[in-house]
Amino acid sequence: MLSSFWSFWVQAIVIGSMIACGILIVYTSKGQKKEETDETTGHSYDGIEELDNPLPRWWVGMFWATIVFGFGYIGIYGLANFDGFGTVKVDGEDVTWTQTNQWKAEVQAFDEKIAPLYAGYLATPIAELAQNEEAMQTGGRLFKSYCAVCHGSNAMGAQGFPNLTDHDWLYGGEPAQIKQTIMYGRQAAMPAWEAALGEQGTKDMAQYVRSLSGLEHDADAAAKAKPQYDMLCVACHGADGKGNQLVGAPNLTDEIWLYGGSTKQIETTLRYGRAGRMPAQAEILGEEKVHVLSAYVYSLSQDK
Amino acid sequence: MSTAFDHPEYNYKVVRQFAIMTVVWGVVGMAVGVLIAAQLAWPQLNFDTPWFSFGRLRPLHTNAVIFAFGGCALFATSYYIVQRTCRTRLFSDTLASFTFWGWQAVIVAAAITLPMGLTSTKEYAELEWPIDILVTLVWVAYVVNFLGTLAIRKESHIYVANWFFAAFMIMIAILYVGNNLAVPVSLTKSYSVWAGTVDAMIQWWWGHNAVGFFLTAGFLGIMYYFVPKQAGRPVYSYRLSIVHFWALISIYVWAGAHHLHYSALPDWAQTSGMVMSLILLAPSWGGMINGMMTLSGAWHKLRTDPILRFLVVSLSFYGMSTFEGPMMSIKTVNALSHNTDWTIGHVHSGALGWVAMVSIGALYHLIPIMFGRKAGQMYSIGLINVHFWLATIGTVLYIAAMWVNGIMQGLMWRAVNEDGSLTYSFVESVEASHGGYVVRVLGGAFFLTGMLIMLFNVFMTTREAKKEAAVAAHA
Repeated sequence: MLSSFWSFWVQAIVIGSMIACGILIVYTSKGQKKEETDETTGHSYDGIEELDNPLPRWWVGMFWATIVFGFGYIGIYGLANFDGFGTVKVDGEDVTWTQTNQWKAEVQAFDEKIAPLYAGYLATPIAELAQNEEAMQTGGRLFKSYCAVCHGSNAMGAQGFPNLTDHDWLYGGEPAQIKQTIMYGRQAAMPAWEAALGEQGTKDMAQYVRSLSGLEHDADAAAKAKPQYDMLCVACHGADGKGNQLVGAPNLTDEIWLYGGSTKQIETTLRYGRAGRMPAQAEILGEEKVHVLSAYVYSLSQDK
Repeated sequence: MSTAFDHPEYNYKVVRQFAIMTVVWGVVGMAVGVLIAAQLAWPQLNFDTPWFSFGRLRPLHTNAVIFAFGGCALFATSYYIVQRTCRTRLFSDTLASFTFWGWQAVIVAAAITLPMGLTSTKEYAELEWPIDILVTLVWVAYVVNFLGTLAIRKESHIYVANWFFAAFMIMIAILYVGNNLAVPVSLTKSYSVWAGTVDAMIQWWWGHNAVGFFLTAGFLGIMYYFVPKQAGRPVYSYRLSIVHFWALISIYVWAGAHHLHYSALPDWAQTSGMVMSLILLAPSWGGMINGMMTLSGAWHKLRTDPILRFLVVSLSFYGMSTFEGPMMSIKTVNALSHNTDWTIGHVHSGALGWVAMVSIGALYHLIPIMFGRKAGQMYSIGLINVHFWLATIGTVLYIAAMWVNGIMQGLMWRAVNEDGSLTYSFVESVEASHGGYVVRVLGGAFFLTGMLIMLFNVFMTTREAKKEAAVAAHA
């Protein structure tokens, strides 16, 4: 809401400019010829003369029409603190037109239309919904709109963004776990270990981590790092390195690397830590759509 | 240079310099344009280097065509027109020379810093603050020189073309400085003093008036001199020029808000922006009518005079894009067109069809005079005609491709399934646009080829003129 001074200022200048255009037309048409003429104004600039022709009538008409339209438009949509007479339906009531109310009205009208469909989906358990071909087509389209930007349109992820088709779950692959992840998001917290491990310690630890997956590694270095692992890493990744879905600690033995499995990439992860974040969708999409998406993501790892 | 000058008392040197550089920068700017159009069709052409990537070359293209090509065209023609219609030499030769070398320095600085990634990130105002200061100095010298020349005129009245030039340069000075106000933190980095929604509004206040004043009012000045001159006919209506001039310059400053429809901009600002953009239709068309009707009684000349063709077709494109603009500023239409290629098509129907074509027509008229020949006496009239057809076909290909792409993108983005999900993912709309992008490259290549032919024609004209001068000196 503008203060009454600024509101008046805006109205006066906008309306004033429109009126000024009208005055300009009227003033300039005064005393003009009725028909086209060969008479000039009498000036000559570098040989260029100017005819004293009247303003084209259709053009003046068009000018007036746009000015009148402008007044009509302002009457409906308002200007500054004048609300205008236009309304839209929000929550079943006629309210003043604003772009926000227009948006609300359009979204509500559409949500009403699709509500029965999603109510039916929400009432269906996720594992069962994953068998419903029509629902899965909807899920696929929702996925492309909302999830593909990080997880890829084929859901196979990218560096830092989990592959959802590989049966490897950071936070669990049961329907309820998937839904929990999408609804409320996840925040991973791999701390930075450079200070604790030291330069050489970090390098040795990378060798040990590689050894857990059976990758090529320096056995001496790995052996040196083992006691450190048992002290620092074991709490989350477990003694066997198989991780812990309760805290989202990845399994280090399965040769699936969210941030890459090369020595250099593992060293970077150890040195600076990682803070992967899945954003919560409950507020953005609503439970109905999250439910369908959960079924879709679940279906991706159910081998048919 | 030649004894054949019809007005030795005028300063033609600066006009000649700017005229030649208009052609040169036109070729450069449009070549970059074709390159980045190709990058959009075939992204491999970014070559995975930062300085050769679309993001850095795009502002280079816009700055080169608007400020280097368009700017030099405006300097050349305004200096030429103001002297001839005021029957006096420029107010100051020193200032004229400073504007030429200063402007070229700005262009070179832009061509170096933009690919380096140094940018203030404001569209059409990307140059960092030290270059902005140079721009401002050059511009003030330009305004002083132009208004000074008007002040010492020997003609009692001021010709319409000069009204438009004066309005354009004064408004650009105000808006350029206003939008570029920033706090420097180092030689190559600054932060805008504007923030948030106000920043967006100030940006488009400038952005749309770079179009409205730099690319419209200024080029209407060009039109008002070269159309009647080349057609040999009086201007159609003095009254019309009065109404459309005052209405145009007072309404154009309002229109910028239509770039921010359905955004955080307050509703009332969007409303006034849309209303004023619609009211702008008649004032814009006033210029087109005045130019077109000036030809009544001279239409037959179009059959033989390709320079006049350039000027007339430029007016047609001007009329078309100033109809399209108000339509696109209607919120309902804008909801479809915003952020699509339609906008780019609209800009180029103005930039190629209007700005470039009217400049090219004016230059073909003026360059021979600058080298001691008669108006329009270029090395080859046939090549002007070839250039005309290349430019026209190129423009039509470009804008048709962008219309198709833009409307298709708008429709694809808003298509919704029965279940409320989007019918198309974004990348599908990109894939579907590929054909249009290829056609755009083709259209741009046509236009660029025309400019290369012009460069050749200009070069040969100067060579011939030099020979003639040598012969005349011996005789």
